[in-house]
Amino acid sequence: MPQKKEFWRWKEYNWHDEDIDPHAGEIISAGVDVGSVSSQVVIIVDGKLYAFSSMRTGSDSPDSARNAMSWALENTGLEIDDINFVVGTGYGRVNVPMAHKAITEIACHARGANFMYGPKVRTILDMGGQDCKAIRCDHRGKVTNFLMNDKCAAGTGRGMEVFADLLQVSIEDVGELSFKVDHEPDPVSSTCVVFAKTEAAGLLRQGWNKNLVLAAYSSAMAHRVFTLIERLGVEPEFAITGGIAKNIGVVHRLEDELGMKALSSDIDSQIAGALGAALFAKALYEKKMKKK
Amino acid sequence: MIANYGYMDGSGEYYISIDTDKCIDCSHHGCVDACPVGMFIIEPDDYDDDVALIKQEFRKKVKYECAPCKPVSNRPPLPCIKACTPGAIGHSW
Repeated sequence: MPQKKEFWRWKEYNWHDEDIDPHAGEIISAGVDVGSVSSQVVIIVDGKLYAFSSMRTGSDSPDSARNAMSWALENTGLEIDDINFVVGTGYGRVNVPMAHKAITEIACHARGANFMYGPKVRTILDMGGQDCKAIRCDHRGKVTNFLMNDKCAAGTGRGMEVFADLLQVSIEDVGELSFKVDHEPDPVSSTCVVFAKTEAAGLLRQGWNKNLVLAAYSSAMAHRVFTLIERLGVEPEFAITGGIAKNIGVVHRLEDELGMKALSSDIDSQIAGALGAALFAKALYEKKMKKK
Repeated sequence: MIANYGYMDGSGEYYISIDTDKCIDCSHHGCVDACPVGMFIIEPDDYDDDVALIKQEFRKKVKYECAPCKPVSNRPPLPCIKACTPGAIGHSW
């Protein structure tokens, strides 16, 4: 029997900066973000991004943290004991075995976005695997206000994975394909992924092509997160973090609704939480050393 | 920081907002004992300040847990809001 292709399965990856010698650094800190769908580890050396990994979260949070950490350390010449301070964040933050402290993903995303997009960022939309958060922060990346929706998969990465599987389109191609339409369709239900999926199945039976359905869902998803962010109020500049930030189909439609462009960065949007955690780890280690 | 705990679903928006900057100077934390179901807890936040939070187990059901304090008619002042003298607590519905 042929194996079923998993269209929702996104690519896992790791990276490290060959130009940095981590052993020459004074403080090596790490952030471990064990999310509901993906886990990331970021290692920074003296405040500079050195290495990261991103992989799917398994059924066991401590194992996911260990695997992501091992992968981030791969080929770096570093061992876990070389890291001075580790902060855990995300849904599984209390189950990160190597963490010295756990900090919520809300604070970590704000801090990570501040590093990625600079001090001008004031509103952050974190579109995670199973929740969506709108965060307002100050010029230091300190949270001033936040709003989270984690009761429903609508407007989350998991919702998009469901649609990728339904339409048999690779998750990485969803955004681009959603623009290959001759007109912008009305959005499907933005209230619930299950309703949206049923509606989409009906549209396919009516003869709609996949791209049109993807456009309708991307539009619904953009509208869903727009209502969340609108409630909080958008203060420029605005940035998006999390896996969905890579989906241009949702991002561009959201930008249209907001009437505002999202900031862009060379750093992967999906590692923002772990990056923020690594920055917290550095600050906490410095504080600890000062006390001694 | 204004922390909004709750959710939006097909029936509306249900958020309890807490202005945690006001909790820092609060000495009695009246909200903890005032809530009949014990939704509030005082814990250090990410910046190590002791602030009021909504316990994790209540965050996805605030609409239902708060319902007894919100009768359709003759609604009295909400006990959490009444007990919070710094005025840090608000309900969206």
